[in-house]
Amino acid sequence: MPGTKEIRTKITSVKSTQKITKAMEMVAASKMRRAQDRMRLARPYAEKMRVAIGHLNKANPDYRHPFLVERADVKNVGVIVISTDRGLAGSLNINLFKQVLYLMREWQGKGAQVSLCIIGAKGLAFFRRLATPILANVTHLGDRPHVKDLIGTVKVMLDAYRDGTIDRLFLVNAQFVNTMTQKPNVLQLLPVETLDASELQEHWDYIYEPDAADILDGLLMRYIESQVYRGAVENVACEMAARMVAMKSASDNAGKLINELQLVYNKARQAAITKELSEIVGGAAAV
Amino acid sequence: MAEASTIHVDIVSAEGEIFSGPVAMVFAPAIMGELGIAPRHAPLLTLLKAGEVRVRMPDGQEQSFFVGGGALEVQPKRVTVLADTALRARDIDEAAALAAKQRAEEALRDRAGAIEQAEALAELARAAAQLKMIERLRKIRG
Repeated sequence: MPGTKEIRTKITSVKSTQKITKAMEMVAASKMRRAQDRMRLARPYAEKMRVAIGHLNKANPDYRHPFLVERADVKNVGVIVISTDRGLAGSLNINLFKQVLYLMREWQGKGAQVSLCIIGAKGLAFFRRLATPILANVTHLGDRPHVKDLIGTVKVMLDAYRDGTIDRLFLVNAQFVNTMTQKPNVLQLLPVETLDASELQEHWDYIYEPDAADILDGLLMRYIESQVYRGAVENVACEMAARMVAMKSASDNAGKLINELQLVYNKARQAAITKELSEIVGGAAAV
Repeated sequence: MAEASTIHVDIVSAEGEIFSGPVAMVFAPAIMGELGIAPRHAPLLTLLKAGEVRVRMPDGQEQSFFVGGGALEVQPKRVTVLADTALRARDIDEAAALAAKQRAEEALRDRAGAIEQAEALAELARAAAQLKMIERLRKIRG
């Protein structure tokens, strides 16, 4: 029976691979649900913050915080890229990096320098090969990113904006459309786009303690941090969704492969039996 | 009358909602000193320092929550506490920023090493593929 043993071992090895991909699929599915919950939980904070900033801005038209002023001449652009730490997530990271490269080329075409801030190990591995400077990075945030791990990284970019090293700041992360679709999304963080007066339904004269400038500074910093946090959480949800889909198709492919191998195995086995039978019959006839 | 004696409070952080509901009074550690907010307080916006936010429920019970800092917004009918989940201070933030910068510098310092490693890996993959091909050819001929 030539080859049947090899086919059998091949089938066992594909089966054990399929077990792993199936387990990964299920783990990713449950983690995705939890990441989506966290995405929802982060929303009210950012919205309330945005409204408070809108109120402050409207009440103090004479004070312009540097984070709110549009700079006429944009010579340097900062980009915060949020990527995953681990692979096996389909084309999620590659699509994101492509988007970042487009953005970089667009600004470089306008004569601007681009500096990066990288979150996630995959992004670091990709962008460190380019000549573009990386101002800050953080990796291994895990499946539950915390604001506390992002503060330092974001602060580097905010400080760079304050002292004029960059004139505009973007955030690029994967956007969760649905389980099957994740697309890269570019968001302008700085200067902050404030709410229009028409979007604020009511207005009060606040008492400010200590003063409006300090409060606005504290609020803007936290607002941007919360945006980056939201991006990081959304990216985790995308990673899990992409991994779930990738692992599902891997399991399906393994199933197909097993079926094909089983057919080949059966054929080989049958051929061997037929051959043996005909030999016996042939032998009996000769006697 | 129940509406006049309570005020709606939302305590939210970037990572989730901590508390939401009507209360009789809120105490918060504002940057200028401890504040007590009763219903019909004037609109106010202030920053908070690390400490305890206490809410007194209409039935007199108290609940307290730790905040690492944040902001407090008082509107005529609701109070919003935007709480920080992490302890904030200028030097802590500064240290975190410095660490982030250093990580980036380190990653760039062995940039050359990484390229060499990537090239070596690619070469290894090529060699492995060639070996496989040779083996297959041998099998066909043999």
